[in-house]
Amino acid sequence: MDMLVDIVSWVLLLIGGFFVFVGGVGVLRMPELYTRMHASGLTDSIATSLILVGLMLQGGFSLIGLKLVAILIFMLLTGPTSSNALASAALLAGNKEEGAQQGDKKV
Amino acid sequence: MLYYVVIFALILTMGLALVRAILGPTVYDRVLAVNMFGTKTVLLLSVISFFFGRPDFLDLALAYALINFIGVLAVLKFFRGRAIDEHVDVEAQS
Amino acid sequence: MTVLFGGFLLAMLVITALAMVQTRNLFVAVMLGGIFSLLIATVFFMLDAADVSLTEAAVGAGISTVLFLGALSLTSDHEHSKTTIRPLAIIIVIITMLLILMSTFDFPFIGDPQSLVQNHVGAEYLAKTPEFIDIPNVVTAVLGSYRGYDTLGEVFVVLTAGVGVLFLLGKAPPPGCYRNKPADTEGLSHYLIPRLVGRLVIPFLILFGLYVQFHGEYSPGGGFQAGALIAAANILYALLEGEKSALQVVPHKWLMGMIASGALLYGLVGVTGILLGGNFLDYSVLSEDPVKGQQLGLLIIELGVGITVTGVLLSIYHAFASRGKI
Repeated sequence: MDMLVDIVSWVLLLIGGFFVFVGGVGVLRMPELYTRMHASGLTDSIATSLILVGLMLQGGFSLIGLKLVAILIFMLLTGPTSSNALASAALLAGNKEEGAQQGDKKV
Repeated sequence: MLYYVVIFALILTMGLALVRAILGPTVYDRVLAVNMFGTKTVLLLSVISFFFGRPDFLDLALAYALINFIGVLAVLKFFRGRAIDEHVDVEAQS
Repeated sequence: MTVLFGGFLLAMLVITALAMVQTRNLFVAVMLGGIFSLLIATVFFMLDAADVSLTEAAVGAGISTVLFLGALSLTSDHEHSKTTIRPLAIIIVIITMLLILMSTFDFPFIGDPQSLVQNHVGAEYLAKTPEFIDIPNVVTAVLGSYRGYDTLGEVFVVLTAGVGVLFLLGKAPPPGCYRNKPADTEGLSHYLIPRLVGRLVIPFLILFGLYVQFHGEYSPGGGFQAGALIAAANILYALLEGEKSALQVVPHKWLMGMIASGALLYGLVGVTGILLGGNFLDYSVLSEDPVKGQQLGLLIIELGVGITVTGVLLSIYHAFASRGKI
């Protein structure tokens, strides 16, 4: 049982690390601002959840697990908010979305 | 042992975010990179505190997670002020 | 392997510093300064210095960035270009750098058991703390009790810095200096979601600041970090709701009171030591059991430090923010 929890935790940590790296490459290689925000939001939500849940399985039901739950809740609460606020600010300041098609503007 | 892989991935991603902060043509690219850097720092600290066997250091990760939010909001307030001022200027001139 | 990670982080630090010096856009420099603070905080963490790391992140990455942005909103975005090169300045800087590099060859290696830090006073602090003070966090014991006089000086330095900034910037701009803001730009009133989430975060930030303050004897923490965190919570409120609301919640008079009373509390603890028969800042005489007296003294002076740091950081922020467009 212990071994199973250990293996699940390692798998979660490795997949979380993979998603962090994918997000980092995405921020570098994506063509414009809004697509880069999408890549960064990926690291904020899925990679954070996987890595912290993996650490929680190693920490167990103690004060450490509770602190990790608190960190997870705050990251999930403030990460998407920052992305939303940044995207709103960029749109209000006039950055155009170059990916929009001509047909979309007419709606 | 496998902690090394996760720590390496996190530090590499921090490097990539740094490149984006240096390169990014608009201001918002740089703010995005700093925000991402902050969240990666939180994860890096959580993993390292387990790796060193000192789980008492998780307080730091919690503090950074809360502080990182304030930097982004301060930038938004600052740039909103700028955008609004340019708008007022244009209206005053016309 | 830890050396490899430390090497990576330090290389990124050098790259950030070079980019910060080379850029002409001041906003980029401020953002890179935030990254620099986070990087150096991580390096401190890897070197096992958790108190310093927490202070660096809370003050450097959080509050310093906000203060720089507040100052930047009052001026222009770009640095004036300088095209002159001064050979004398460059030669002096290079010579100083070579002297400093040469002097680092005399340092002991990290973790060297024969180094002076580990042997003389350092070893005695580590050996005697369980007997005299009996708290797990030796950093707080050294900071508050063994070197309490230096920390008193630090609190007064923070107070002087706050007073200096307030002399320069004052409480309110002169009338007619800046054009009036339209009323609806107070606070981030257009952004509903950040306002809502921010309101949820503020009470937890204050609670966490109080936890760090009073738990400083058992885990990384203490007065300086807690002051920075509580000031950050108030700054978040000021960013979200606007300057007027924030100054109604914590008025200027309270801030002045906080700046002075923290340092006063610290000094009073020292004088109480004299009145009860010991030396200045001798906590052992504060209660019948000397160990309890030490712990009580540490608690009160950390409280004093936290109050002063909160007051100073918050009043410096209001000095910048109520002047201009932020």
